[in-house]
Amino acid sequence: MNNKIKFFETDNDDDRVDGIDKVTGRAKYTADHMLENMAYAVFVTSTVAKGAIKSMLLHEARNAPGVLDIIYYQNCPPVPGYRPYAKDPAKKGFEWRGLKVFDNNLVYYYGQPIALVVATTWEKAVKAASLVKAEYITEAFETDFETLRKNEKKLKPAGQYKRGEEDAWKNAEVSIEAEYFTPIETHNPIELHATIAVWEGDDKLTVYDKSQGPKGTQSELARNFGLDEKNVRVITKFVGGAFGSALRSWPHVPAACIAAKVVKRPVKLVLNRRQMFTMVGYRPQSWQKISIGATKEGKLTGITHHAISNTSRYEDFREGIVNAAQFLYECPNVNTSYKILPLDINTPTWMRGPGEATGAFALECALDELAYKLNMDPVELRIKNYAEVHPVSKLPWTSKFLKECYAAGKEMIGWHKRPSIPRSLQENGMLVGYGMAGGVFGAGRGNATVKAILKNDGTLILQSAVSDMGPGTATTMVKVAAEVMQMPASKIKFQLGDTDFPPGPTQGGSTTTSTLGSGVSIACEALKQALKELARTIIPSFSTIAAEELGIADGYVVSKKDSQQKISFTELLQKAGKPEIEVIKESTRATAEFQKYAMNSFSAHFVKVHVHPTTGAIALKQIIATGDGGKIISEKTARSQMIGGAVGGIGMALTEEALIDHTTGKYITDTLGKYQVPRHRDVPFIETYFPNKPDPIINPMGSKGVGEIALVGFAPAVANAVFNATGKRVRSLPIKPEHLI
Amino acid sequence: MEQKQDHCCNGGSRRNFIKKTTALTALSIVPSAIIKAGEHHEAIASYMEKTPVQLEINGKPYKVLVDPGVSLLDMLRENVGLTGTKKGCDQGHCGACIVHVDGKRVNSCLSEAVDNNGKKITTIEGLAEGDKLHPMQEAFIKHDAFQCGYCTPGQIMSGVACIREGQAGSPDEIKEFMSDNICRCGAYPNIVAAITEVKNSGQKI
Repeated sequence: MNNKIKFFETDNDDDRVDGIDKVTGRAKYTADHMLENMAYAVFVTSTVAKGAIKSMLLHEARNAPGVLDIIYYQNCPPVPGYRPYAKDPAKKGFEWRGLKVFDNNLVYYYGQPIALVVATTWEKAVKAASLVKAEYITEAFETDFETLRKNEKKLKPAGQYKRGEEDAWKNAEVSIEAEYFTPIETHNPIELHATIAVWEGDDKLTVYDKSQGPKGTQSELARNFGLDEKNVRVITKFVGGAFGSALRSWPHVPAACIAAKVVKRPVKLVLNRRQMFTMVGYRPQSWQKISIGATKEGKLTGITHHAISNTSRYEDFREGIVNAAQFLYECPNVNTSYKILPLDINTPTWMRGPGEATGAFALECALDELAYKLNMDPVELRIKNYAEVHPVSKLPWTSKFLKECYAAGKEMIGWHKRPSIPRSLQENGMLVGYGMAGGVFGAGRGNATVKAILKNDGTLILQSAVSDMGPGTATTMVKVAAEVMQMPASKIKFQLGDTDFPPGPTQGGSTTTSTLGSGVSIACEALKQALKELARTIIPSFSTIAAEELGIADGYVVSKKDSQQKISFTELLQKAGKPEIEVIKESTRATAEFQKYAMNSFSAHFVKVHVHPTTGAIALKQIIATGDGGKIISEKTARSQMIGGAVGGIGMALTEEALIDHTTGKYITDTLGKYQVPRHRDVPFIETYFPNKPDPIINPMGSKGVGEIALVGFAPAVANAVFNATGKRVRSLPIKPEHLI
Repeated sequence: MEQKQDHCCNGGSRRNFIKKTTALTALSIVPSAIIKAGEHHEAIASYMEKTPVQLEINGKPYKVLVDPGVSLLDMLRENVGLTGTKKGCDQGHCGACIVHVDGKRVNSCLSEAVDNNGKKITTIEGLAEGDKLHPMQEAFIKHDAFQCGYCTPGQIMSGVACIREGQAGSPDEIKEFMSDNICRCGAYPNIVAAITEVKNSGQKI
């Protein structure tokens, strides 16, 4: 069933280009950089959830060995970006986003950074930080989402949508209505967030930072410290996972810069694991209510989807929880509403599959519930309501091969073995269940600039200021370049992770391959033109051949009419007396064409579970992850992304839940011991399938991206399988054994 | 800008070490005054507090001066400059810091540096022989047993130990005995495939 893909006829297989660095320990992640005279910074964090700092007791800490300085709101040097509008009213809205660290004495949540101890070693900074004491004026705080979401006055509207008749499900022949809950989930990449800041004088800043977008970090820091962008360099050679947590600069990034300025030394600030819960975002918790109506034959007549998710007191965060209900299925009447609830906790952010994954849990479980009520196969129900054009925009999709995913998933998992009556199949004393669910995410393309440098030894270097949190950006880009240049991948290097390179996109929203691949493709096309022109200009026998009569293959400029007439890149550059030839090209979003289409990636996840009839213990036995991500450029890394999304989905479905103690506002699950992420023993063998059909519109490669759809729709597939196994419908994540006994 | 830390001394820098210890002895009669002596005495003050640890790392002898309470992990990374071993949680939950101590896998974040006197440490940097990768490193690349690569040093060191311990008899056994190593990118099935292949190849590792 698996399509064996050979995208490019080149000499390489799919091994990652940075694989050797990663298996030998040579890969340098942010905290691995050791600079001369480097000092170490450690945060002191608030121990109340709301109020103001009355006084800070610093004497003991200041006198502790090795302490260089302690920065807090009373001695923090002015940060221009905290209030840029004070000098220029036009800059309203351009201030530092979110928590302005050390700006004032206000406390917005438990665990907020309130002081930064800088010392000669990390151990000394940790010791001194433990000696800092703060006295607070406390205020009543609110952290209990479940109670507060019922109070309409506490909610802020975050979007409404309606087509056709409102609440049409109420008049349907068959309908269901149900409420669903998802908890706070934390990204918790294994690499701790880290920043090293180095100032040269007052106006030049170099920052090593864990960032999904070095260019974004550069511009945030330039604005914040009133610097020219060209004087801020951000270096991010390797990122140890992020899943959304490094999409923006959190307060520790400016804090490290402030500290380096104060102590006039390079400063390294690495968060500890506990701070990974309170300082770098999380997937917000949600309440959702879905109502779906259908005809007896299973045609959808109305969908109503209401959602509430939490934000912080100091910043609004909203995401696409109710979007899929509007367009994943054909349905004449749809209305959705979305509200956010501010709480006295830190600000949430996008976490892999973001709001779409939260929304898919409700939508795809509700469809499953409807399928049982209709006595219909859940795949058949989805096919019956398959949208051929985008139901909101009424535009055709650039490509959509979701039916192929359904078909492959059914065959690969053995869907015919699924019992139509829940709790009716056993295997070795275990209850057996099969479940499926679908996912969708936007596909698109942004701007990227790529520099291509061809050296006279025949090697090609590509550069762009992107970073790679793990999917394998450089590996994929080398394959794109190898195809366009028709040269061996082994002669191509993709360099990233440095803002000295031309601007590239932030890695997020499944757009890197599309956006950056377009840049690589366009830069390589321009390079080909430049090589042809060079041959025509300096090689007499080529001067009479029109540029369009010349081709590029295997490191040669070749005449299309006479393949014997060719010159290697190496010889060409040597004859031209050039050590290298370079082009820089920007690829931009093709807006006019794009407006005629809807653009999405799609997935369908199929799982088989075992549930112990007495203890309720759940084990995943089989997983089929299918995804329409357009053309798959690197099968090996794309497959790994699908597997990784499924593992993230296992966590969402069965283990992950960040809990807050509502008497203090503190996270209870603030270690990887208490916050359970999937481990080896939780994960079965995972098979993947890609229709692997090129999208004709989005970009030259035909690829749409698979990072998000790998997770979107996975948790509901598990919930649906658990229902099939047990007859118990669990509408609150994570699903635990106690729900099933 | 990058600097190799010189806090460790092997071979030629032994003399420096002796010089420092001599200075240390001379100053030991007035410890409190010196420790609080302000910034320009910082270097002297910090040597005063340090303890020497003598051990073998990746086949080479080292003498390292460490502050009391420094973990084996931080000593390897910050003092010796071997940053291949990663800090993921500093609490023994994630396995990113696993190294071999006298052939056994150990969470280096939970081990005090000073407790490793006389021990033989192998880190990810010591697994390959020159440019020749260890079979487990090769298998990890072949099976794409990582994405971001951050947990990888710990997974590889743990995987090698898992086979040596005789706990890699089946994929299920591997999964059980690798469950102290978290991979947040979710490369688990590929890691199990890599370890299985190395185990089944029968190579001496």
